[in-house]
Amino acid sequence: MPVETLAEREAALQDLLALIEPVLGDHLLAAKIAHGELTITVPATSIRRVLGYLRDDPNMLFKELVDLCGVDYPERERRFEVVYHLLSLKHNQRIRVKVETDETTPVPSVVELFSTAGWFEREAWDMYGIYFADHPDLRRILTDYGFEGHPLRKDFPLTGHVELRYDDEQKRVVYEPVKLRQDFRTFDFLSPWEGGGGLLPGDEKAAR
Amino acid sequence: MAETRLETFAINFGPQHPAAHGVLRLVLEMDGEVVERADPHIGLLHRGTEKLIEYRPYLQNIPYFDRLDYCSMLCQEHAYVLAVERLLGCEVPIRAQYIRVLFDEITRILNHLLNVTTMALDVGAMTPLLWMFEEREKLMGFYEAVSGARMHANYYRFGGVARDLPDGLEDRIAAWIDQFVPKLDDMDELLTENRIFKQRTVDIGIVKAQDALDWGFSGPMLRASGIPWDLRKAQPYEVYDRMDFLVPVGKNGDCYDRYLVRMAEIRESLKIMRQCLEQMPKGPVRVQDYKIAPPPRALMKSSMEALIHHFKLYTEGVRVPAGEVYAAVESGKGEFGVYLVSDGTNKPYRCKIRSPGYVHLQALDFMSKGHQLADVVAIIGSLDIVFGEIDR
Repeated sequence: MPVETLAEREAALQDLLALIEPVLGDHLLAAKIAHGELTITVPATSIRRVLGYLRDDPNMLFKELVDLCGVDYPERERRFEVVYHLLSLKHNQRIRVKVETDETTPVPSVVELFSTAGWFEREAWDMYGIYFADHPDLRRILTDYGFEGHPLRKDFPLTGHVELRYDDEQKRVVYEPVKLRQDFRTFDFLSPWEGGGGLLPGDEKAAR
Repeated sequence: MAETRLETFAINFGPQHPAAHGVLRLVLEMDGEVVERADPHIGLLHRGTEKLIEYRPYLQNIPYFDRLDYCSMLCQEHAYVLAVERLLGCEVPIRAQYIRVLFDEITRILNHLLNVTTMALDVGAMTPLLWMFEEREKLMGFYEAVSGARMHANYYRFGGVARDLPDGLEDRIAAWIDQFVPKLDDMDELLTENRIFKQRTVDIGIVKAQDALDWGFSGPMLRASGIPWDLRKAQPYEVYDRMDFLVPVGKNGDCYDRYLVRMAEIRESLKIMRQCLEQMPKGPVRVQDYKIAPPPRALMKSSMEALIHHFKLYTEGVRVPAGEVYAAVESGKGEFGVYLVSDGTNKPYRCKIRSPGYVHLQALDFMSKGHQLADVVAIIGSLDIVFGEIDR
């Protein structure tokens, strides 16, 4: 079987997009084809409608929800993106659907459409604090029992807030605020010669 | 006679239980011996890999992928380097593509041997484990030969692999394949028609094709339910399109079919490995672009520019153009995907790891409903879960 070239794949995605555009109409906020992948952005309120259409329409048949995850962009007005990756076995196509939301706006859960969304949405809730409305069981999933905060948010420190150790006197594991023996080290290796445009130490002498 | 009220009771299965395949804490609601509800509590091995990745340059993240599913190390590295390569837009030399396919298949055999034998152990057969772990040791020897590490190889690089195969390795791998086939036949004989093994696995944990799609199954789990879907065929990457192999498909979607699919896949992997060894051309194993791969050491002794490239690569690292990409490979357990968002700097902005085990374990509740406690063990064994990738 010959391998599809990037151009061929993007042409196929263009056809797919041409089918989607008229059906979604106002529900389609943006569409982009890059790196051989189609990304569409839809309003959070219509995610169920869109995914239902993509799953059941005979031209789409995206029967499998491959992945669902959050992404955090703190500088945006609505900081979170929820990204759905769908796969159509019938047409051998993939599509990426995005919705935007913030800390307080819930996103409708898609568990009814795809059972597999259950744990993915729990994970997005755990990691980012994205709230999914009508989720049957929205508990934390990966973090510890009684964990506070949402660790994958960009403003959550890499070191976390608590550390734990076994306390020999109390005969149990105790939680304590994290103590760093040395300062947290991040190095900015980005070259000062490209971009940035900032002043380097000693640059003020050049004006003299 | 006084009225007795029957209530379900909860059983804690794991996190320290040999049949839990790691640190699975499973809260089972039992009605007598029958499972009413299975609630897996995961995250006991959560290391925050996705968070750590956001703080490391691209190159330093490759070892994290070995440590996700520590039974299919190189397949996972493969997904990550594919994602980065797509963003960089770099071509991989043909020999490197063959080496990657060869080692992906070695990894698949490593993974399937582990799964099949431990599942057999869970249902009472000990010998296959003892036999096949010897073979796994030899395969890990090949890992060691190319990378210096038996398990966490850190061997794939953007635009190729870290180094060429050492002299004679191709012959050693070919010799290994020849001596392995009769051993695989021996195990086949022990298990496939074994009465006890079939009693424990046939008609246990049946998943219909429709359910398998709904629950997002992939890999052997999906194929055992009768759906012929394999990313190596459907969306071929590297040189899989040149390989001649079959995609085994199950009929009933029970634990036994999943076992059969895995056994057949081992044989197909051997076929692919043979073809790789036959067809592999000589040539470079890394892309010649010194912005992505370091220049050869000899060149650095004479060329200032090569030295600068080397220095920049190992301090600043590769700068990946802004964009997002989802790259998936057919790992031993199913579709292993990496969703990578780059903001144009030397560190990933977001890296979501789509691990097949996470998806499969989620379906445990629906698969084990109405089965007995002992069947849950067989189902967990057939799910092929490893907690490194589930908890991440």
